[in-house]
Amino acid sequence: MKAAAPTTATAAVAPAEAGAHAEQIWGWLGEVPDPEIPVISIVDLGIVREVRVAADGACDVTITPTYSGCPAMQVIADAITEALHARGVATVRLHNQLSPAWTTDWMSETGKAALRGYGIAPPAQQVIDISALRAGAGQRGVLSAVSRRAAPAAPRIACPRCGSTHTEITSQFGSTPCKALYKCLDCREPFDYFKCH
Amino acid sequence: MDNKVNYLLRLGDNALILSQQLSQWCGKGPALEEDMALTNVALDLLGQTRMWYAYAAELEGAGRDEDALAYLRDAHEFRNCLLLEQPNGNYADTLVRQFFFDAWHYFLIEGLTRSSDARIAAIAEKSLKEVTYHLRRSGDLIVRLGDGTAVSHARTQAAVDALWMYSGEVFAYDAVDEAMVAEGVAPAADGLRAQWLAHVGEILAEATLTMPPADAWMQSGGKQGRHTEHLGYILAEMQFLQRAYPGAAW
Repeated sequence: MKAAAPTTATAAVAPAEAGAHAEQIWGWLGEVPDPEIPVISIVDLGIVREVRVAADGACDVTITPTYSGCPAMQVIADAITEALHARGVATVRLHNQLSPAWTTDWMSETGKAALRGYGIAPPAQQVIDISALRAGAGQRGVLSAVSRRAAPAAPRIACPRCGSTHTEITSQFGSTPCKALYKCLDCREPFDYFKCH
Repeated sequence: MDNKVNYLLRLGDNALILSQQLSQWCGKGPALEEDMALTNVALDLLGQTRMWYAYAAELEGAGRDEDALAYLRDAHEFRNCLLLEQPNGNYADTLVRQFFFDAWHYFLIEGLTRSSDARIAAIAEKSLKEVTYHLRRSGDLIVRLGDGTAVSHARTQAAVDALWMYSGEVFAYDAVDEAMVAEGVAPAADGLRAQWLAHVGEILAEATLTMPPADAWMQSGGKQGRHTEHLGYILAEMQFLQRAYPGAAW
């Protein structure tokens, strides 16, 4: 359970590209794959919130977890540190930020296309709207999020293999916390759906 | 102990003990999808536990970390409600326990998003989407089991009747809870209880199950460290490694 604390690491080698711009850093981070879905980068997934470069070349990277229990966060933190060290950034400091919470809206269009190509249906709808809950819109808003009667119609999920929307859910929970299980009723293919969250 | 540290430990202990219990189903769920759902929920709760513990440990400032809080406290130091340590039993027992908890947890977390403590509000905001999924799922399953076969109906009703007396502890506020309400950190019990009763009543009715009386006598004590015999067995397994090999890391 020792993972979430900000870590500081210093490379032994002298910085080859001291003073790298934040833009360059973003580009390098865009090449770091998500450990569980390697076709999508951590930037396209929306995990990287902020990059700051200090005058001495030290780099502060703020990341946010997709899910509270996401076991990939430590691997991602290590991968970021390693990637930046390899580019000559000597000092990398990682920070965790919870708010505003990550949602699938943070995922880029490039990322969604990559998911589809990989056989995972990308998030189809807007996320669960918690703004009404936070504003204290009253019991109705709070209850409608979990009420069976007021539940919104399930989104039409297109099969990533054949494109048919004639699909049905098998389980709300899939192989990782961020995915649900679906099957295509036309090509009969079972597939993962990246949940709107 | 500081009121807020105590309150955070209660939140973390509830999530950790239920997570540990759900993990016991791993590989033994009645269907593959259920197996995965239970372990997904367990993982969410474990992640939430870490956030509560990390904050509690920081505020406490006694040099304890998340691991020390999870692995090096004995039963009387745990602050979870008695409901969560009740045995997994059959699948109806597990799901009714989950549904009673999820319904409270959802309304609580929703209330905590407006906490006067910014860190608690941020953790609640992160957790709210997760607990929303949890409650939708457990409510669906209660309806499927209750309004299912004669056997599933009977078992689910038996679980509701047996676990009902453990459902009220979360609303039995003591001085610690009241201090948090007074500081604007936590939502008051009355509002939460009304929301809980309304939602649980709606789902049980749809499930053709009979809701026990709201004013029934309720068990309590877990929040103050007075537990049922079950907690000791749960901790014996969960803490075995750190007890046998103190400080082991990998």
